[in-house]
Amino acid sequence: MGNLADLVERFYGLTAAWGIPWLVPTLVVMTIVVSVILAYISVAAMFMIWWERKISAHIQVRYGPMRVGGWHGWAQSIADGVKLLLKEDIIPAGADKVVFVLAPLVVFAAALAAYVTIPWAPGLIVRDLNIGILYMVSISSLVVVGVIMAGWSSNNKYSVLGAMRSAAQAVSYEVPLVLSLLGPVMIAGTMSMGKLVEAQSGVWFGFLPQWFVFPQIVAFLTYFTCALAECNRLPFDIPEAESELVAGFHVEYSGMRFAIFFLAEYANMFTVSAIATTLFLGGWQGPRIPLPGLPREVAHTLFGLFWFLVKCYFLIFVMMWLRWTLARLRVDQLMDFAWKILLPIAFANLIVTGLVLVLGRQVLLYVAGIAILLLIAIALVVRTGGRAVQAEKAS
Amino acid sequence: MIPLSHYLVLGAILFSLGVFGALTRRNAIAILMSIELMLNAVNLNFIAFARYLPQTLLQGQVFAIFVITVAAAEAAVGLAIVLGLYRNFKTVNVDEINLMKW
Amino acid sequence: MTLQLAIFYVVAAFTVWAAAVVVLGKNIVRAAVALIFSFCGMAALYVLLDAEFLAAVQVLIYVGGITILLLFAIMLTSRIASKTARVVNDQVILSAMVAVGLLVGLIYASTSGLVMTAAPPLLPETSPFLGRALLTTYALPFEVVSILLLAAMVGAIILARKE
Repeated sequence: MGNLADLVERFYGLTAAWGIPWLVPTLVVMTIVVSVILAYISVAAMFMIWWERKISAHIQVRYGPMRVGGWHGWAQSIADGVKLLLKEDIIPAGADKVVFVLAPLVVFAAALAAYVTIPWAPGLIVRDLNIGILYMVSISSLVVVGVIMAGWSSNNKYSVLGAMRSAAQAVSYEVPLVLSLLGPVMIAGTMSMGKLVEAQSGVWFGFLPQWFVFPQIVAFLTYFTCALAECNRLPFDIPEAESELVAGFHVEYSGMRFAIFFLAEYANMFTVSAIATTLFLGGWQGPRIPLPGLPREVAHTLFGLFWFLVKCYFLIFVMMWLRWTLARLRVDQLMDFAWKILLPIAFANLIVTGLVLVLGRQVLLYVAGIAILLLIAIALVVRTGGRAVQAEKAS
Repeated sequence: MIPLSHYLVLGAILFSLGVFGALTRRNAIAILMSIELMLNAVNLNFIAFARYLPQTLLQGQVFAIFVITVAAAEAAVGLAIVLGLYRNFKTVNVDEINLMKW
Repeated sequence: MTLQLAIFYVVAAFTVWAAAVVVLGKNIVRAAVALIFSFCGMAALYVLLDAEFLAAVQVLIYVGGITILLLFAIMLTSRIASKTARVVNDQVILSAMVAVGLLVGLIYASTSGLVMTAAPPLLPETSPFLGRALLTTYALPFEVVSILLLAAMVGAIILARKE
């Protein structure tokens, strides 16, 4: 947005004219930006918690929160937040105090730091780093470290088990996640989030937007599955399943510290949806109409923000929908799924994308032909092998 | 601007800390951590030189990538060995793993 | 004292303090957490050196991979209630002399050359250049390192398996 950058420049010019050193307005701008993001995370997390309760209720044919605040219990999250704030702060007796206190801060700091490169609207990115997507992936890996710290320092066997399972799951699913993200990066030729969105502008056949989800549908599904696993959402829920390990790694946390973990989890969900929206669903691209009374730039930005949020919250809705529909995967099924199924699929997607980019679209015909031949061969081998085994069993 | 010697001195400090740790710590995992510190200090030197010597044109960064990769491989194998040690000796204290001493 | 120099001093002090905790800390888990902080400090230093790709890779691999491995190994090989008395072995004094001697030698070597402060012109982005370099000039070491990683993975799995 031309206006926002100009505003910041004018602010710097003003303070320079008053003789204030350059450091002060920079810090002021940074503080404002971080406060806005923190406020957004808090409000969005509270909304998502209420929304999740409503969605789960309607899927389970009941109503969910209905009383607090009047209309469909919209103030339920605020009430929950106040309750968590007022709870007594308990640190278990044998716990390592420093690490125990530090763990939720590390998790939340990692979840917050990822908001630097989220492209909310054209021109509305805090910092369009040229390693945007790589930065977001590496910051997400800090969350795992915080989880292990939390589990270990609680001095509780359930916590340690939950933390180890959560760390193993997160680390295993990170590999196909990064590989599936590389497909759109290869097509766009850049890792910067803003440029990735701009690479998806335009339409095919006059109506189909050129989003990366269409050529990279496999990568999108792989990414979404791995994202579910990274957020510890069902069906990859084992680390914090209520019916399994009590509450997993955060069983000993109560009150404000638990609230920080909770906020971090929902912030992470939004970050992961934002990455999926940016890389696959076209980010802030969407139909725009000129609004009367506002300059074109501002209307552009507002519509971009609107479409970005619509797409992100749609993906979050799908995440919540899946949570209350699917059964939980067992720990060994979970690890098998990551290493034996998702990783080969992600590699195959990467190889085919690379081949098509270098050799042109005809390669797809050859790849499809080879894939069909392989499938026929595998089917034949399995059937004849099965018949041989049956014959052995009969004799 | 920051003179190159600042980065080199910082790398030297980290490297000597790593050497001290690798030579004196008793826990095998702490020794591995000190080795990782040393590798990091070396990486810092490489990247500092890559920045300040234009004619090398990022050779230092390429080598740093290889150092990071080799450090990851070495940490994985080293920790697997430490786990094997723990299973056999019930301790990771390198002072007590002295079966081959005369 | 420019802003960059001030930031360098702050980050350097943080990294050195974290490294000291790693080397001298009694509690091994706190030493691992301090190692995480020192890795993050190193990533900040790489950003100061305009090596942004390497900073992200440092965080991703070192913090997101190696420290998790270390923490797993610590969790699997230490008893929760053990507080061993000694952190360092009998050779403290000799090792300290060696380390200090090494430090003095390295500082002398680092500061006795040309004073290089002028920042040369930069590449706008290091990532495309590094990518191209790894696949053209340095393609052979790249392939060898992949084989090394494969060997390390197989070796680690076999060594750590329960028989």
